[in-house]
Amino acid sequence: MTSIRSRLLTILIASTGLVWLFAVAWIYVSTQAEVERVLDARLTEAARMVNSLLAERRIELAALAGDDELPATEFQTEGPSYERQLSCQIWSLDGRLVGRSEHAPDGRLTEAGSGFSESVVGGETWRVYAIENPALGVRVMVGDSIAVRDRLVGDVVKGLAIPAVLILPFLAAVIWVSVRRGMSPLDRMAQSLSSRPATDLRPLADDNLPEEIAPAVRALNGLFQRVEDVRDREKSFTAFAAHELKTPLAGLKTQAQVALASKDGEVHENALRQIAAGVDRTSRLVRQLLDLAAVEAGDRTPEMQEASPVEIVRQVAGELPFAGERVRIEGGPAPSARFDPVLLALSLRNLLENALTHSDGPVLVSARKAVGAVEILVEDEGPGIPVDELPRATDRFFRGRAKSASGSGLGLAIAKEAVARMNGTLTLENRKPRGLAAALSIPAVE
Amino acid sequence: MRILVVEDDPMLLDGLSAGLGLAGFTVDAVATCEDGFAALQAHSYGAVVLDLMLPDGSGLDVLAFLRRRKDATPVVLLTARDQVEDRIAGLDAGADDYVGKPFDLDELAARVRAAARRGAGQASGELTWRGVVLDPARQTVSLEGEPVSLTRREFGVLRTLMERPGATVSKAMLEETLYGWQEEVESNAVEVHIHNLRSKLGSGFIRTVRGLGYRLAEERA
Repeated sequence: MTSIRSRLLTILIASTGLVWLFAVAWIYVSTQAEVERVLDARLTEAARMVNSLLAERRIELAALAGDDELPATEFQTEGPSYERQLSCQIWSLDGRLVGRSEHAPDGRLTEAGSGFSESVVGGETWRVYAIENPALGVRVMVGDSIAVRDRLVGDVVKGLAIPAVLILPFLAAVIWVSVRRGMSPLDRMAQSLSSRPATDLRPLADDNLPEEIAPAVRALNGLFQRVEDVRDREKSFTAFAAHELKTPLAGLKTQAQVALASKDGEVHENALRQIAAGVDRTSRLVRQLLDLAAVEAGDRTPEMQEASPVEIVRQVAGELPFAGERVRIEGGPAPSARFDPVLLALSLRNLLENALTHSDGPVLVSARKAVGAVEILVEDEGPGIPVDELPRATDRFFRGRAKSASGSGLGLAIAKEAVARMNGTLTLENRKPRGLAAALSIPAVE
Repeated sequence: MRILVVEDDPMLLDGLSAGLGLAGFTVDAVATCEDGFAALQAHSYGAVVLDLMLPDGSGLDVLAFLRRRKDATPVVLLTARDQVEDRIAGLDAGADDYVGKPFDLDELAARVRAAARRGAGQASGELTWRGVVLDPARQTVSLEGEPVSLTRREFGVLRTLMERPGATVSKAMLEETLYGWQEEVESNAVEVHIHNLRSKLGSGFIRTVRGLGYRLAEERA
């Protein structure tokens, strides 16, 4: 699992640590350079001071007087420990050590004439500044040990790095708390979602939301709404279906009980006949319920193809029992249309069944070109639909006053829904003098 | 007992006509509210079995029509929508009982009988008169404990008389309770049934009230 929080924490802590390391390295380098500069300046300063003291005769150097036997003068230096590490030697130009500071090494600090140089004396590396004083015939050398310099730099860097390292865990804790707080709207959302029962599809509150989460919450609420709509549709469908199935079941049970109880041969036989017809009718109702559910759910994306719809009409008519003699398909070249064969067949089958059950005469099917559409007309010679019932005739489960024994009130609803899925329409009209004309209009191929 | 059944499903209506007929009722069957109104205006029924969802309205409209006319005919509602709220709505509208689809035919017949009995103010289902016991539920009659075999129509005549002990029942009313619409009434049928009943239950059990009809005799002749 990827967690935004732990990823954020890792990134923040790693990058902060890295920046911190860079800062420490930078400070180390620049401190070192600065300390070197300061120490070099000190060396120069010290050498010049000794030189000027010599020139003003503030320091008397016995050996300088020309007496070779006299030992080199040792002068005292005072101050803190670093200061004492500064060593000074005064050499005559002819190569005699004429004076030196306390603790200064015996060996010559540098061979260089003047300016800065580095040399190894007595196993120690020294940085030395030398001034030549031709007037006095001496060379003043002031040096300090590189090891001391390094210690000094190290101490400065340590003073900076130790608090920095100590601060790091604290910084990590601050980052952790901030990330947690920053993510808390997400946590709250997750909590309110996970504590919901499956049936609770109320939208999440979308006020006071951070702008990063708001789009997700709005999308989620949109999804909730759509799921709710689908569920409502299914719920009402299930309620309708249960209701519609109970009546034929009650009829079947009643007829069965009549058949069991009756000793009268005719009553007995009639009941059994009714049961047989009732089972046919109920299974057709179930098939239609499933068809309607499938069409309404829109599980299948229509696969539109361009062809003549007449072939589908022929195929559907061929599949219907007893339709052969009664369904007449009008000849002539049929215009080409765009349709989904499965949906068109479903729509046509229900229209044909409807026409066949509500009339005894022939059922006429024809196709003709209309404006931008192809119209398939199914005409029967039945009683038609009373004008006041026409608008409701395609409602599911609507059965008019003149209902037949085998109708379910679903056929026209399925036909309408199926043709609507192909961007078509279903129009019902009464014919003169009698009969119903159902017109399926589907997009034409231009 | 003559009852009216209002149900729009043809198979169920046919089954109810046959089944309730077997249970001893004389059944008038209609499929719409409109026909229901007409039937209720033309005849008086022992009970009405009423479907709620009808093509031209709700069975509750028919019920309201009855109750507006202060007609207390017992009504048993029949519906596929047997949620508690629907039952409450139906009973509050003045129905006497409520049966959810699919139902048991015998249970429906028993409920219709019970509703009719309550309507007539009887506590027990059995009718008793001078040693004759008539059980409408089992459609049996006994005389001094001995079973008596009766035809359906003889049973109907006896039942109508025993439901109104001491009252005179006209021949027309007897015919009405015996025959539904579709049935042809034979002119002397009632006389034939009365004659048969007398031979089975004793000649003095039913008295003829000349010009008015028949009633049960108070004492043995």
